Amino acid sequence: MKEVICICCPKGCHLNVDDENGYAVTGNGCARGVEYGKKELIAPTRVITSTVRINGAAYVRCPVKTSAPVPKGMISEIMKKLDDVLLTAPVSVGDVALANVCGLGIDILVTRNL
Amino acid sequence: MKNYDILIIGCGVTGAAVAYELSRFELSVGVVERSNDVGCGATKANSAILHAGYDPEPGTLCARLNVEGVKLAKQICEKLSVLRRELPSFVLAFTDADIRLIHELKERADANGVEGARVLSRDEVLAIEPSVNPDILGALYAPHSAIVDPWEYTCAMAETAVVNGADVNLSCGVRSIEKHENGFIVHTSGGDFSAKYIVNAAGCYASEIAAMVGDTDIKPINLCGQYYVLDKCEGKKVNSVIFRCPDEKGKGVLVAPTVHGNMIVGPDAFEVRDGDSVGTVAETLPKLKTSGLRSVPGIDFRQVIHEYAGVRPATADSDFIINISPACENFVNLAGIKSPGLPAAPAVALEGIKLLRKCGLETKEKKNFTDKREVVRFNKLGEEEKAEIIKQDPLYGQIICRCETVTEGDIVAAIRRPIQPRSIDAIKRRTGAGLGRCQGGFCSPRVHEILARELGVSPLDITLGNDGSYILTGETKEAQR
Amino acid sequence: MTADRYYDVIVIGGGPAGLAAAVSACDNGAESVLVIERDREVGGILNQCIHNGFGLHYFKEELTGPEYAARFAKMVAEKENAEVLCNTMVLSVTPDRRVVCISKELGYRVYEAGAIILCMGCRERTRGAIAIPGDRPAGVLTAGTAQRYVNIEGYMPGKRVVILGSGDIGLIMARRLTLEGAKVLACVELCPYSNGLTRNIVQCLNDFDIPLYLSHTVTNIIGKDRVEKIQISRVDGYTPIPGSEFEIECDTLLLSVGLIPENELTKGAGIEIDRRTNGAFVHENMETSVPGIFACGNVAHVHDLVDYVTAESLRAGASAAKFAAGVRCGGRSVSVRNGNGVNYTLPQFIRPENIDKSVEIFFRTNKVRGKSVIRVTSGGTVIAQFKRERMAPGEMEKITIPKPLFAKVNDELVVEVCDDPV
Repeated sequence: MKEVICICCPKGCHLNVDDENGYAVTGNGCARGVEYGKKELIAPTRVITSTVRINGAAYVRCPVKTSAPVPKGMISEIMKKLDDVLLTAPVSVGDVALANVCGLGIDILVTRNL
Repeated sequence: MKNYDILIIGCGVTGAAVAYELSRFELSVGVVERSNDVGCGATKANSAILHAGYDPEPGTLCARLNVEGVKLAKQICEKLSVLRRELPSFVLAFTDADIRLIHELKERADANGVEGARVLSRDEVLAIEPSVNPDILGALYAPHSAIVDPWEYTCAMAETAVVNGADVNLSCGVRSIEKHENGFIVHTSGGDFSAKYIVNAAGCYASEIAAMVGDTDIKPINLCGQYYVLDKCEGKKVNSVIFRCPDEKGKGVLVAPTVHGNMIVGPDAFEVRDGDSVGTVAETLPKLKTSGLRSVPGIDFRQVIHEYAGVRPATADSDFIINISPACENFVNLAGIKSPGLPAAPAVALEGIKLLRKCGLETKEKKNFTDKREVVRFNKLGEEEKAEIIKQDPLYGQIICRCETVTEGDIVAAIRRPIQPRSIDAIKRRTGAGLGRCQGGFCSPRVHEILARELGVSPLDITLGNDGSYILTGETKEAQR
Repeated sequence: MTADRYYDVIVIGGGPAGLAAAVSACDNGAESVLVIERDREVGGILNQCIHNGFGLHYFKEELTGPEYAARFAKMVAEKENAEVLCNTMVLSVTPDRRVVCISKELGYRVYEAGAIILCMGCRERTRGAIAIPGDRPAGVLTAGTAQRYVNIEGYMPGKRVVILGSGDIGLIMARRLTLEGAKVLACVELCPYSNGLTRNIVQCLNDFDIPLYLSHTVTNIIGKDRVEKIQISRVDGYTPIPGSEFEIECDTLLLSVGLIPENELTKGAGIEIDRRTNGAFVHENMETSVPGIFACGNVAHVHDLVDYVTAESLRAGASAAKFAAGVRCGGRSVSVRNGNGVNYTLPQFIRPENIDKSVEIFFRTNKVRGKSVIRVTSGGTVIAQFKRERMAPGEMEKITIPKPLFAKVNDELVVEVCDDPV
């Protein structure tokens, strides 16, 4: 039995995940907890939010996020990729700043209109 | 190498006053200052009071120059538009011993020529200043005290000196002084200077400077004092400077409003290593609260916004040390200028100039001496004036510091003044941006941006205060580069 | 000076509270709405909160701060009767609902309003406010200021960082600085529990092996021009324990030690302030002690979820529109008090006649608790009870009281928390 704190929402449920019996989850407040508890022990993922360089906007950085959670182990590699991205204004929320990052099938999306 | 008739070492209030007074004459005047701004030592961290002059012992230089200086200070603040506010001061008496002391102070006041000082009963005090502790037995009352922005007072004199041809050389810490037949060569961290005469106005470091010419008579005692600064809601609670009875360590903890509308409570006194030892101390700082509340029980210390400490340039000599160095001719010491150095400064400067004349300096007045300085402070303007100045210069319509209502216009004007500010703190001292309750939390990135833009440098080169106090360590997106 | 223009509703502040209030004022019949924003664009602090976790309640999806702000900015932009003034600072608000503001473009302006909604948000508690002793070098800054430098300006405030306080912004910045290559050495918290959301402890500290020192504080800052090291001590209650000190070599100390509602305009308008929230006393409709002036969002009390700010501001916007249309709220007023285990409540006053179906009461508990019961009483009679599995001061609680229950309420309502005996 492993204890995991759910990060799906601000409630922060204290989950108990039975890693010896098919990752059965107890202590969850909603269905997302079941999924999260299992995933957190098998292959944990996170959404990354960061910034990339931008030219021609009111500011020199544009905020971005991954279009879906990415494997935790990939975080620093993805951050490296972001260092090389340079956008040109105007950009809008949802624009793809970098497609298929690290071949994960996940995009880097703009999160601010600049 | 820059060559001057007179080189002043130190641009605190004393050095600035000497530069200002000397800039009246047909002379070349230079100032060297180790910090990257004027007034960065004892000048910027003290009680900010132009004392009436009842405290110093009659017959001392402190007493005479305080009373002479405070009158000059008033004129200077008016001419050079320095923030100053006249208000009464009280010395509270809680015990019979205190009562005896305030009667003694009253006699000193008379001996020193302080006008209007008298001993008041408890009820008379409360009628004038209802905020004081009703447990008092009485108080000494002096109607003609004043509070000032000590930093601006210094900067105004330094700027006026510059306008009249003097040089203020910042970031020039003196390393050594060579005495030659015809004068001195002064080696500093910012280059070498030569001069016929030197005025040592180096504050807490005056003994070190004097020692460079073989004068080892000045024995420094660096006395640190800590203060609390409270929000403006507290500043409104008192309308006078409220002292406790002095003891051997100083005037005790005072409660006073500031010219910016805040309240200060302090100082204490303890010896420190040097003039840079201005850290606040966990064990002793909170004791100020007890003392402050004894004087003014209604202070809400939840409203503290800032603490600071300053070092008084005291020496083993209880009086100011104003002399032609016994070890070196043409070298004038203005040392040990502790309290009441702020009000005394203009008179100390005139004493210094007298000594320079004794050394042979000839002083001939300039025909076109500029003796005024104008500053726009948006937050002090009336409705119509505010509307008008924004029309003239739209930058005054952009608020940068929301707590103190400081505009981009104020900041840009400050950057273009005769002594150019180079740091965020230098802008704070000139405009008040960041002085308020959020302590620059919101405005410092904006001030940072404006300063970098106006100086034409990278934001990475902007410092918080002195050279070396860098704020940023690099750009983002460089972690992997 | 004479007023330049009249608006039904003037909203001061274009952050999440102001935007939601403006949308709601328009939706509820206000014919002219003006939003006055001091920054270059609307969105407020959300624009620098580039992390995700916003909008789960309101939009039922997880958004970043700028995305959440953009959605509301769009809603306001689409309202024909709403105007937005950016780069405009309000200098004063009067009880007779005049607003003085300035900007580069418009100069000095005086506006009159049918109703005013105060949405100025909050500021961060500083080093000065908590009196951290020691030297005064560069490298000591609030987490929010650091967040602006990193996320908006693109600069790093330091390389080796210690964070004092475990508020959410501090935790978020621990992760953000780590991702940008800084070394976050420790997060130090005075309380025996974290003040941030548990999820943030997990994903911002634990994910990066950043140690959290509970019941510790910074007792000295050392460094002449730039922070060189800091001294940390264990505390007993709030008092540092002598001999427990240790030092960490670092160049930066970030402060995440609490937020204070920015109520200088509020005080200037003569509005009464609650010492517990540091915001205005408000009624069930977010109206302050001055009729026709409303307050919502972090200016009223510090929230931890923007979704709740939105909900509260929608209510304030609707109430302001009604007031501007001439509807006045009357009837008896019930004062809401904090009982045992409760730090503050909001609203502080409820006028039962003015409730639609039910009223929401927000509050914070004073310590971390396990199974608990929230009890709402009036004159000793229990009006309502709610159960919680766990409670913490870092997490705002919300309870809903149906209107009919007010029949049993006298002039006072007390909210208290106790351990669940079961």
